[in-house]
Amino acid sequence: MLQGITNEAFILGCSAIGAGLALIAGIGPGIGQGYAAGKAAEAVGRQPEAKGDIIQTMLLGQAVAETTGIYGLVIGIILLFVRPLLGAL
Amino acid sequence: MAPGITFTISGKEIYIHDTVVNSWIIVILLSIFAIVVNRKVKKANIEEKPTGLLNVMEIFVEVVQSLVKSTMGPSRVGFTPFIGTIALYLICANLFGLLGFSPPTSDYNVTLALAIITTVLIHFFGIKANGIGSYLKGFFEPVPILFPINLLGEIATPISLSFRLFGNILSGVIIMSLVYSALNSISMFITPFIAPILHAYFDLFSGLIQTFIFAMLTMVNIANKMGDDVPAGGTK
Repeated sequence: MLQGITNEAFILGCSAIGAGLALIAGIGPGIGQGYAAGKAAEAVGRQPEAKGDIIQTMLLGQAVAETTGIYGLVIGIILLFVRPLLGAL
Repeated sequence: MAPGITFTISGKEIYIHDTVVNSWIIVILLSIFAIVVNRKVKKANIEEKPTGLLNVMEIFVEVVQSLVKSTMGPSRVGFTPFIGTIALYLICANLFGLLGFSPPTSDYNVTLALAIITTVLIHFFGIKANGIGSYLKGFFEPVPILFPINLLGEIATPISLSFRLFGNILSGVIIMSLVYSALNSISMFITPFIAPILHAYFDLFSGLIQTFIFAMLTMVNIANKMGDDVPAGGTK
């Protein structure tokens, strides 16, 4: 079944699949950031005068929540563009 | 393959990446800008209202100053020049993609250097504000067995700081180049109508937000390590 596929092509294809799988990490930060934004909207509704502070705090929290997603993205970019597994041949 | 400068010194070929060249362009432009503003400030009359460029710069300084005051405490306004410099450089670097160059922050070298500067500042002011004894004691709190985890937390700070900026800007660059090649393969005539909207999000919005977040996290980390704000005669 695997006849006619070179080792390089196999590794490149698996790297692409791995990059796709790594980007599943984007689900978590998406949910977290949405939750933070929803809570911030509630807070602004309750206290419209504190809008600046609320937005500032929300952005900071979202940036920290985003970290895990960025790690997944970096793994994906490394798999696609740096191709470290080709060196293991 | 990638644009950049290649030159040979005594038989050795040296390749300088284009992000490094762009970074130097920004540094030189900002230096010239600083000299021009400095001349204007020295000539300005205190009695009159500031006009033109001076007015804009005064607004910028005041915004950064109030941000530092509200985040780090009123006695630490001395950090304003550092935060302002980082913010100015990052704004220019992130928005450089709009001019058709590759933004310097899409190179991991640049973001790692910025994160290392921040980390050195965090530990330097941690020691300066609390003394070396209580600084070292902070690693063994709340119980001494947590020392490895505290150490890992300290190491994770520059990594997450640099990867956050790098990942955000680089993903914008990659998505924009994918969009351009996709749109160009459909038709050359629809690209100018769709691409600006995406540029507004990936370059303008994302770049400015990341600038704000990098400056914010720098301030929060330094202030955390320094401990509570001392009202009078505090360090810096």
